Amino acid sequence: MATDKQTKIRTKTQDGVTDVLVLVSHPMETGLRVDPKTKEKVPPHFIQKMSFSLDGKEVASTDLGTAVAKDPLIGIKLKGAKSGAKLKVTWSDNMGESASEETTIS
Amino acid sequence: MKKIFLFMTVLGVFAATSPVTIADPATDLKNFQAFFKKKFPTVPFDEYANGFYALPGMETYREQWLLYNEFPPLELGLAIGKKIWETPFKNGKAFASCFPNGGKNIAQGYPYWDEAMQKVRTAEMDLNGCLKKNGEPEFTDLDKDQNTRIRLAELTAYFYSLSKGQRVKIDISSPGAVKAYEEGKKYWWQRRGQLNFACANCHMDLAGKNFGGNQPLSAALGHTTAWPAQRLEWGRLETIHFRYMTCNSQIRAKSQKHGSEIYNDLQFYETYMSSGLPLTAPAMRN
Repeated sequence: MATDKQTKIRTKTQDGVTDVLVLVSHPMETGLRVDPKTKEKVPPHFIQKMSFSLDGKEVASTDLGTAVAKDPLIGIKLKGAKSGAKLKVTWSDNMGESASEETTIS
Repeated sequence: MKKIFLFMTVLGVFAATSPVTIADPATDLKNFQAFFKKKFPTVPFDEYANGFYALPGMETYREQWLLYNEFPPLELGLAIGKKIWETPFKNGKAFASCFPNGGKNIAQGYPYWDEAMQKVRTAEMDLNGCLKKNGEPEFTDLDKDQNTRIRLAELTAYFYSLSKGQRVKIDISSPGAVKAYEEGKKYWWQRRGQLNFACANCHMDLAGKNFGGNQPLSAALGHTTAWPAQRLEWGRLETIHFRYMTCNSQIRAKSQKHGSEIYNDLQFYETYMSSGLPLTAPAMRN
């Protein structure tokens, strides 16, 4: 399913360790919040899975839940990632939305 | 005899204070910036553009601020603002067509005094004016409609980001501009609300201190250079007028309408007081 949500990636390599930061614009609704206007509960809407792959091979994956804040910033550290390698981040949420973003490690 | 003496003292007080009230903007500016130089002698002038993070005793806040500035969440809002700025109108033009130099490096002169309209014009007003000129729907109902206001804040943030680093330069040569400036100055120094605070109480006298334990107070110098800004508390970009509104409600005073004339004048006064500082908007704030 297509999505209007932004996914931004930033990488920084220092001493052979690459810091990868991913920023996603996502409401991360828990399903417990009440809409102040309609007085009804806002349906849950949160990222469930996010995975990182380097040159097509999965290097990390994570299960996220409702405890994660709105517009989450998620970071991992990669050891020995070569410069020029393609890093792909994919996420999907409980409403079936998903997106992926690619970047080249500098 | 006692009465005459009392009369003389009252007269003396008047004589002492009257030169302050008739000071011209240039003298005000000098005094205002000298006040902070004396209060925080270790802070370099340009650092004031970074808000209260530059002040002594705020090192922990500064450390955190630098960390989340590595990948600030405001980039999400800024990207939306960029998209709005670049999306052409129905007639094929875009926002850049309404501004000299395509909107680049001009935000340092905002807000400005419009001689023809005899009013202070802010960037938000000009962006709305551009929509009107091109027959597009404007951003309206900014007090109640949060989504519209955020979109306008994101657009304004992108407009300001095109002038990042330019030094604030406000033209205040005409008598009308001085009058608007005086209005803003009055608002700045006037006490209001149940807590009986003026803007100056917190942002000059108490600047650099923690209010109520967890609300660090910024120095007035450099206030406007960061706006539209994203506060951690809000998690979204907002306009400076919205900040004024929340500021007023924090001291339990009646807040004015978004885009009201008095807020324009206040922004005009505050921006003039920050003359010479580089623009850092959009920025992250606590």
